[in-house]
Amino acid sequence: MTTAPSATAPQKRSFTSAASVYVNERTSIAGFVKELGRKAFPDHWSFLLGEVALFSFVVVLISGTFLTFFFQASMVEVHYDGSYVPLKGVEMSVAMASTLDISFDIRGGLFVRQMHHWAALLFVAAIGLHMLRIFFTGAFRKPRELNWVIGFTLFILAMAEGFTGYSLPDDLLSGNGLRIIDGMVKGIPLIGTWTSFLLFGGEFPGTQIVGRLYTLHILLLPALVVALVALHLVFVVVHKHTQYAGPGKSQQNAVGPPILPIYAAKAGGFFFIVFGVLALIASMFTINPIWNYGPYDPSPVSAGTQPDWYIGFADGALRLIPPGWEFVWLDRTWSFNILVPLIVIGIFIVTVLIYPFIEAWVTGDKREHHIADRPRNSPTRTAIGAAGVTFYAGLWAAASSDILATHFSLTMEGVIHALQAVVIIGPFVAYFIAKRVCIALQKKDREIVLHGYESGRIVKLPGGEFIEVHQPLDEYDRWRLVSQESYAPLMIRPNARGKITAGQHVRAALSRWFFEDRIAPVTKGELESGHDTHH
Amino acid sequence: MTRQKRRTGRRHPLATVALLALGLVFTGGAYAALSSGTIAQAEVDPSSQQTIEEGKKLFQANCATCHGLSAQGTDEGPSLIGVGAAAVDFQVGTGRMPMQMQGPQAQQKPPQFTDEQVKQLAYYVASLGPGPDIPSDHLVNGGGDAANGAELFRINCAMCHNVAGAGGALTEGKFAPPLTDVSGVHIYEAMVTGPQNMPVFNDLNISPEDKRDVITYLKYVQDNRSPGGIELGSLGPVAEGLFIWIFGLGAIVAITVWITAKSN
Repeated sequence: MTTAPSATAPQKRSFTSAASVYVNERTSIAGFVKELGRKAFPDHWSFLLGEVALFSFVVVLISGTFLTFFFQASMVEVHYDGSYVPLKGVEMSVAMASTLDISFDIRGGLFVRQMHHWAALLFVAAIGLHMLRIFFTGAFRKPRELNWVIGFTLFILAMAEGFTGYSLPDDLLSGNGLRIIDGMVKGIPLIGTWTSFLLFGGEFPGTQIVGRLYTLHILLLPALVVALVALHLVFVVVHKHTQYAGPGKSQQNAVGPPILPIYAAKAGGFFFIVFGVLALIASMFTINPIWNYGPYDPSPVSAGTQPDWYIGFADGALRLIPPGWEFVWLDRTWSFNILVPLIVIGIFIVTVLIYPFIEAWVTGDKREHHIADRPRNSPTRTAIGAAGVTFYAGLWAAASSDILATHFSLTMEGVIHALQAVVIIGPFVAYFIAKRVCIALQKKDREIVLHGYESGRIVKLPGGEFIEVHQPLDEYDRWRLVSQESYAPLMIRPNARGKITAGQHVRAALSRWFFEDRIAPVTKGELESGHDTHH
Repeated sequence: MTRQKRRTGRRHPLATVALLALGLVFTGGAYAALSSGTIAQAEVDPSSQQTIEEGKKLFQANCATCHGLSAQGTDEGPSLIGVGAAAVDFQVGTGRMPMQMQGPQAQQKPPQFTDEQVKQLAYYVASLGPGPDIPSDHLVNGGGDAANGAELFRINCAMCHNVAGAGGALTEGKFAPPLTDVSGVHIYEAMVTGPQNMPVFNDLNISPEDKRDVITYLKYVQDNRSPGGIELGSLGPVAEGLFIWIFGLGAIVAITVWITAKSN
């Protein structure tokens, strides 16, 4: 029972320790782990949204790999002979038949197919919410501008991944979606028709498109996404994570639990939670019931035919265009009903993509920012964001105009006209309201910092005067409310040659627009005198 | 011991419960038997003069305000001469007629007449001029080819009614209603008479056997739940998108808040 020290093993080491020494002697990984493991990751729920996107992408990859074992990307016509009765003997492509087999005749196939699709929807939704968090907290400012561009490119790639996947089963819904893309491509002057023929290998729908989309969907696009995700994460490590203002948090540090062991354990557990939520949804809720839609045939279109949610804004843009926007000129048809939405959406996407550079130029701010803004402390940016969200939401809602009409007992025309107003006037209204709300909230913060909270306690002074006692803030809360940067509009300055360029004028005008309505943060002096004169 | 004895047999504490259950089963059974009997008796002789007379009385009391005393039509409602028994059986049998109010289209509501009265009305109107008749049972009982029916449904009906029969929007507040709980007879009658904004699919367009196949497909969809789980209204990507944003992302965000919550 006694443990006699053995001559061969002077130091008894645990297996873990021995294994790590073994690995480290061959890879020198200790330095890397030590460096990375000591990285602090600030704790806030909104900082986990990017992780949700990453984790759902992992689920998409795993479930998608399973599906590739059974899906056949071919448009050869066969007669369906699987177990779904209402499609028995119906002529369809091999792609459709193999997707039906995955759904009905392969063990666990339907579950994995549904998990793949639900995870894809969550992936893009999480990216969207993550981007909104980044935008409204100003976390795209120097030095993170490039990472914003990478992230937004990932959003576009995710939409492309989603759309190519949506088109693969070759069911009625996916074929209708491709037909709209075909129409949009053909609406482009000069190159449209040729591009469409190039894409589909001849006249739509042809026999090529599913194979081509499959290569994009499982090879090219995932490779790009994985590469950009890696780059995105490298940048997060290089820049450190942003954090919200608070005592002990500065532009120079990052305060939070270290990656190893706390944060890694939390994130690892969180991955399984995301996986679990998706598995639960996939096991309980039908998604894309291709057996209802049947094989693609160019003649039928089902009521309620919509793209998946992330393409909805583009579909909505097409639906909102009033009738009659195409005419014949120079013996060619000019389809402005297609060109206008394409151009508007193009401008919107490019503006979002380069927004960090626009704001940096307007503000002239060249400093690094590691403290995330509270949205109210940058009223103009928040208002621009609110306008953008309203614009996008109007287009998005328009994609479900028919469902809105039936489910709220409205007329289709009424819904369309209301949403046209939302898309055109809505952003201005949203801009104005958001800006005023931000400024009002800033005023409230300033009031609280200077005078504390209203306690509701009324005191009668010996002289007969009644006062309400205000409860002062504690230091921690005050820190959060006073640590914001103040900006002022840029002054027009002549350049080295003593001239004021047109660019300078534009920049000054934009800067004035950005900063003319502002609430200056409470200064130290104000705070002290405020305390002195406090009742 | 006597107490123990008293508690067996008909004095058992559960005897009353058993008696009640027995009584209920008998009453319920008798009611079911009788009421199915009355349905069976509701078979109305289409050609008898008495049926037509009864139908005429009902018509003049309930329909003539809009359709005219001899169904010739007025400014308020169309002529019903030649619409056939099928049209009346559909419109009145689904509660669309008598119409509650003028609007983009007549809304469905609980039927206002008994089955017998509906038939009397139908045969009265059928006696005014030849038109499509109420289909016989073998065409509407769902005994056809579901695959053929599904294909026909996708080509002819899904534009308005959605591939899963979930319904859809038309212009100016009109709509194609969901077909999730419509009886085979009413589906058939709708196809041959084209109620509200629906086009007529006559027998040259879709043969009676093909109509039977369409009904077979719709019965299949009605009777078989989606193999993938809850259907979310069979509305397609809009319902799926709403679900993932509200419930999927909602649940995930709630979890992120929980994970990063500071312990008090």
